[in-house]
Amino acid sequence: MSQVMIDTGNYIAAKAAVMCKPEVVAAYPITPQTTLVEGVANYKASGEFKGEYICVESEHSAMAACIGASSTGVRTFTGTSSHGLLLMHEMLHWAALARLPVIMCNINRVVGPGWNIWADENDSISQRDTGWIQFYCSSNQEIFDTIIQSFKLGEHEKVSLPVMISYNAFILSHTSMPVYVPDQKDVDNFVKKRIPKWKLEVENPITFGNIILPHEYEKVRREMQNCQENAKKLIPEIASEWKKKFGRFHGDLLEFYKCEGAEYILLSMGAIGAESKVAIDNLQKNGFKVGLARVRTFRPFPQEEILKLAKKADLIVIDRNISIGNEGALFNEVKGSIYGKTDAKVHGFIAGLGGKDVTFGDIETMCKKAIKGKATDHQVWYGLEEV
Amino acid sequence: MILAIKDLPREECYIPGSAACPGCPATMALRIVFKAIGKKMIMIVPACCTAVIESLHPKTSFDIPTMNIAFEAAAAGASGVEAGLKMLGRKDITVVAWAGDGGTYDIGIQALSGALERNTDFIYICYNNQIYSNTGIQRSGATPYAAWTTTTVSGKTEFRKEMGEIIQAHHIPYAAQACVAYPEDLFRKIQKAKSIKGPKYIEIMAPCPPGWRFGMEKTVEMGTMAVETGAWALYEYENDKVTFNGKSKLILEGKIDRKPIEDWIKYQGRFRHLFIPKKDVKRIKALEDHVDQIWERYRSCYL
Amino acid sequence: MKKYNISTTISYPVKGAMGRTGNWRVFKPILDKKKCVKCLRCWIYCPEATVIRNKDDTVDIDYEYCKGCGICANVCKVKAIVMEREGAKK
Repeated sequence: MSQVMIDTGNYIAAKAAVMCKPEVVAAYPITPQTTLVEGVANYKASGEFKGEYICVESEHSAMAACIGASSTGVRTFTGTSSHGLLLMHEMLHWAALARLPVIMCNINRVVGPGWNIWADENDSISQRDTGWIQFYCSSNQEIFDTIIQSFKLGEHEKVSLPVMISYNAFILSHTSMPVYVPDQKDVDNFVKKRIPKWKLEVENPITFGNIILPHEYEKVRREMQNCQENAKKLIPEIASEWKKKFGRFHGDLLEFYKCEGAEYILLSMGAIGAESKVAIDNLQKNGFKVGLARVRTFRPFPQEEILKLAKKADLIVIDRNISIGNEGALFNEVKGSIYGKTDAKVHGFIAGLGGKDVTFGDIETMCKKAIKGKATDHQVWYGLEEV
Repeated sequence: MILAIKDLPREECYIPGSAACPGCPATMALRIVFKAIGKKMIMIVPACCTAVIESLHPKTSFDIPTMNIAFEAAAAGASGVEAGLKMLGRKDITVVAWAGDGGTYDIGIQALSGALERNTDFIYICYNNQIYSNTGIQRSGATPYAAWTTTTVSGKTEFRKEMGEIIQAHHIPYAAQACVAYPEDLFRKIQKAKSIKGPKYIEIMAPCPPGWRFGMEKTVEMGTMAVETGAWALYEYENDKVTFNGKSKLILEGKIDRKPIEDWIKYQGRFRHLFIPKKDVKRIKALEDHVDQIWERYRSCYL
Repeated sequence: MKKYNISTTISYPVKGAMGRTGNWRVFKPILDKKKCVKCLRCWIYCPEATVIRNKDDTVDIDYEYCKGCGICANVCKVKAIVMEREGAKK
């Protein structure tokens, strides 16, 4: 029997995490993640969170502490944003290569200098090579549901990889929405106790992480890749199991919205993904045959699903990130997924960098430009270039 | 109870045939630490010589659970392991962070300071060979004045940090300075640390044959001379009180004179340029004066 | 010894992890048991744990792994251990 909680993305995330009963949370505050860790601290004070809460002295230490804790076999959780995520970059690689299922929320915030606290996805996009599974959420309910699903996914014996759940600064982290919160016993049944694939124990002394020669290291990388491929199959399974138990579905690798009969499919993520639904409604009302495939999972990248779309429609991509010197990551990886396999055109836009507002009106303008054949070969910086 | 060498436990957790250099002070110290704590120990090791001494995957030379971690993260990793073990109800396991002076004085100082302030229940052990030994003998914050390293080729122009006093400012339950040349003293200090709850810090002077350029058979001698010349002090800090031990206590109380610093540095190739082609009286005096200053301060604070 | 079923850098304890490190030696410690006073300084100071402490506190050298550093000879106060060049003709 669900309750309804009306609260900001961060407090919702704290509730979801605490309901999964992590044994150790180690975190360092950074705007706009602060209320997430404060939420956990409140649950610690009230007794609802019975684990250890380590107030570390930096994000690098936060991830190091999570790795230390996770290596003893317990469940761990943390959260960060922007510069904090970048500071722990080395340890993100470490957690993934150590195959430790640390679960982390990242609030997508602009990277400085200068100081800018608003929404932009360069922070988490620039971590896509670390081996973490990456989700992008577009509503507080999705944040809640995805966090719980992530514990089950990351700790699954066929995966055993850390998971990053990203959502936009302030638009989600500090905006209240009503969220259905299930009973604790239903969450307990969905996410059972962690069974670690390896751990430090005095009864079986091992050394973890000593010198490894090239051919052995390659095997580690290969298994990580295989396990992300396993995750590609498990994500839809877990999402569908959640739908059956709790009646909610936010998509799995992609979320499809009004794609039947579409000649163009819009691919966008995060808050822009949510706005896109309104844009699609308006566009379809005005006769434009465009649907939405919101990219929910960035790692593992849903190559096969995107190829399926490209076999029936042209694609329009909006990136809230830029890899300076090349293109936005989604635009680039979408094209990579379909190269040589279809004739579909892919139109790309960059919007919302630095926390610039992207309204459904903006999204409609971008889609119309692509549909009217006015799209260029390169990715268009919406707002800076003539549209 | 005065410990004799024969009273030290026989059990080893260090397995012969590792990648350590012949004459390595790190494995010398590690054997004592293992004996003092026993098998119920989990060790967190950042990048340092020990990370290599463990040998190549899939084999290891250590018979206790050891976790390698990034260079600057030893104490933070230890905080995490301690929290995990606490939640598992394993109060019987001692968490040890084992780091070199690089991972303690320099890149690791932030995580160390944080873990001490947070009251993490663990023993942080720094084996100090006064250089970044593992990466090829570069200078560290622990390198003494005038020493050659690959990054201070004409001799270091700064004096080393007094890490012991930085640690004291954290007001943890127990801290100590020890030396590989005094195994009974080291053993006693580790056992004492093990018996106390909260964060403990032990720093072990570890003379490094390739790093300091002395014959590999002289490791213990270099350790003894470090203490007898006053370049390194043996002491304990407990409940805001400092007690000197052994020869260091006698030097502090003026019962014996500390030997001149030359008696220590003249055997080490890293100070060779202070003697050949001609004696660098100025720099040797600066070194000597600095050691005098340190002991003056010790006397005014701790006597 | 339980082996974990996962591909990551996990290593298991074994003697001679770097091979027969006795091959590293240039000099080898020769022990005269008649001179030994069982002070055990060689045992405690050996960085390789290759000075074996027997039940009666006499010692033996494990030549398979002894790296020949010479510390045992250096710390022995009665010169019961001397270092001899490997392969030296007697």
